[in-house]
Amino acid sequence: MQKVYFDHNATTALDKKVLGVMMPYIEMQQGNPTSQHSFGRHARTAIEEAREQVALAIHAHPSEVIFTSGGTEANNMIVHGAAIKQRESTLVRSNIEHPCVARPMEAMKHQGWKQALLDVSQDGVVTKETYKNISAENVSLVSVMLANNETGAIQDMSLLHEFAKEKNALSHTDAVQAFGKIDVRFDELHIDAMTLSSHKIYGPQGVGALILNKRSDIEPLIYGGGQEKNLRSGTENIAAIVGFGKACELVSESMKATSAHTYELKKILEVHLKDLGAVIFSEKVVRLNNTTFFAFKDIEGSTLLTALDKKGFAIASGSACSSVNKEPSHVLLAMGVDEDLARGALRISFGQKNSATEVRDFIEALRKELQTLKQLTAIAA
Amino acid sequence: MTKDIARKPIYLDYSSTTPVDPRVAEKMIPFITEHFGNPASRSHSFGWTAEEAVEEARDEVAKLVNADPREIVWTSGATESNNLAIKGASHFYSTKGKHILTVSTEHKCVIDSFRELEREGYTATYLEPEPNGLVDLEKFKKAIRPDTVLASVMFVNNEIGVIQDIEALGNICREQKVIFHVDAAQATGKVDIDLEKLPVDLMSFSAHKTYGPKGIGALYVRRKPRIRIEAQMHGGGHERGMRSGTLATHQIVGMGEAFRIARIEMQLENERIRKLRDKLLHGLQDMEEVYVNGDLKHRIPHNLNISFNYVEGESLIMAVKDIAVSSGSACTSASLEPSYVLRALGRSDELAHSSIRFSIGRFTTEADVDFTIQLLKEKIHKLRELSPLWDMFKDGIDISKVEWAAH
Repeated sequence: MQKVYFDHNATTALDKKVLGVMMPYIEMQQGNPTSQHSFGRHARTAIEEAREQVALAIHAHPSEVIFTSGGTEANNMIVHGAAIKQRESTLVRSNIEHPCVARPMEAMKHQGWKQALLDVSQDGVVTKETYKNISAENVSLVSVMLANNETGAIQDMSLLHEFAKEKNALSHTDAVQAFGKIDVRFDELHIDAMTLSSHKIYGPQGVGALILNKRSDIEPLIYGGGQEKNLRSGTENIAAIVGFGKACELVSESMKATSAHTYELKKILEVHLKDLGAVIFSEKVVRLNNTTFFAFKDIEGSTLLTALDKKGFAIASGSACSSVNKEPSHVLLAMGVDEDLARGALRISFGQKNSATEVRDFIEALRKELQTLKQLTAIAA
Repeated sequence: MTKDIARKPIYLDYSSTTPVDPRVAEKMIPFITEHFGNPASRSHSFGWTAEEAVEEARDEVAKLVNADPREIVWTSGATESNNLAIKGASHFYSTKGKHILTVSTEHKCVIDSFRELEREGYTATYLEPEPNGLVDLEKFKKAIRPDTVLASVMFVNNEIGVIQDIEALGNICREQKVIFHVDAAQATGKVDIDLEKLPVDLMSFSAHKTYGPKGIGALYVRRKPRIRIEAQMHGGGHERGMRSGTLATHQIVGMGEAFRIARIEMQLENERIRKLRDKLLHGLQDMEEVYVNGDLKHRIPHNLNISFNYVEGESLIMAVKDIAVSSGSACTSASLEPSYVLRALGRSDELAHSSIRFSIGRFTTEADVDFTIQLLKEKIHKLRELSPLWDMFKDGIDISKVEWAAH
């Protein structure tokens, strides 16, 4: 059975060209990048080249790129690192942040910091008025994600910048989902820190970066050998870093085409979804071109998901990270979506290789499943 | 490119990092390309395949150290594992007390985690080892206080390769109800580790020191009696809440395979490597004024750390460019400070500076060792010919008693 992958916001398949540059670092004798002999120096050079590739893709300076083990670590690092610098301060975030921004803030709360939440509108965005509701003065960090992983809704970064400036706080955006799907320019966003992940842009898993403005000062999360300018210790994951660098280069080249391509697929999908009676979340605001988050009234999401997987379609219910638990999406609840409807939510996220035929096949499969489920419900009733 | 490879020096720096075993690389590749799913995706088969592979690898890691797979938590490497274990357990049990104990010759990421806890208000003791690099059990016992919450001692030292008596140290910790953490980054595949028997609560592992990929490691967290730790990376709640973040499936698969190979081949490999090491040792000991750093009996067969007296450290490293070795540990080799480990053993700055760590591994051949002995003999001879100190020594002058004129 042909398998169709519609879950690119969870993870992406490695680009063959990325694998090509990684292979020598997996297969051949390699040095520890900190070693002084030629093996070590060679590894060091490769890492610095990758750092330049990452910087170039987002219009940052190479010295602003700190490699981490992934997006989760980068987000934990900025929350913990900014908080420690300013004891008893307030940490501000939107109420739809990924758990790896939200939970570290909760953890700091237990240690004496305060937390203030920016509530999103029913379309899933933070508005100018919402920022005004934050009365706390001693704010150390404000974090609002660039694009939401579930709805794909894109936030206004100029509002974040203005708020941070007014409060004299560090601004941070989790750009894990936005990077590679929209043009992300660190120099024009005027944000102090930004999180990137490799495995969402056809790079390997296990590597990401925190982009940190040169003027910003934070404490490390992991101490040791002093790698990454003392901000992130540990022997560098060289193969993955080299792969991440290449993936950044490739995604910069292909971004516009991919974005246009997935937009076409999304248009086809959403027309049919609405035809079948689906509710599409964050429909009215600017969203990523590849993401559709939707639900059918009175249809159990998990049943639909399993049935579609059996037919060869890999889609998601909310985010992969939390798909272990059956709680309704916290993003939808934050948007004020009814709990039952939220429980049925499904996410489709397209990628470079998806085709219009796949989308049409999916719609057909979905139509049949919906009929079966409705019949079953009718019998049960 | 081919030319470049041909000129590459002989690699004798396996304690710094090892190449990925070709069998490991082969096993990893499909998980980069075909089975690329996110192991946390529960809604489709891409995710399930990845999850299955992750659990299989967890079994392999557990098997090498005779632990329960549920006691293995994936991390990005030993540095993260050490940070997580030391800070995580000290924080969780902080009500018990705020004194922590370690040894001055630990890896930098252990020392730095301790320093961070000190900044948070903990008191730390950095025990000095004996001149042979081993921890004296009585001194260790005496260093434990009623408010000691955690002790951390490495299994095998990265610079001098000495093996600590983990069982005895662990028993002392058990008696005193102190949580015992062991950094085993340099131990896996080199010494037998049986966590059913060893009284250890937390143990850190690294893949890239055991022919696995970089960027992946694990932390053993004992279940019986259960040890709790505070997470330092929060998020999706992966690894039962102890370490969030998408798991790098191919790297985990690589670590599993590397540890499986280590389990099966360790005995034979250690014998072979011991012979090479002994050959290297005897070859180098032909020369005068050559000192082995660290105990030779309680030591992994892979390591030889030697100081060459009356040779200037920097020129020594420059002279042996045809072999890739370390002076001090790789992590601190960017600095020109003499190794803090060797100084803790009571070595003078001069001897610490003129030390070389040779670490032998799976792909080292007898010809490599022969070449190295020949190279060292030749270069040391030359360097000493240029050294006025060597002349003085040869003339029978005790240099330590010379009073140098001030300028």
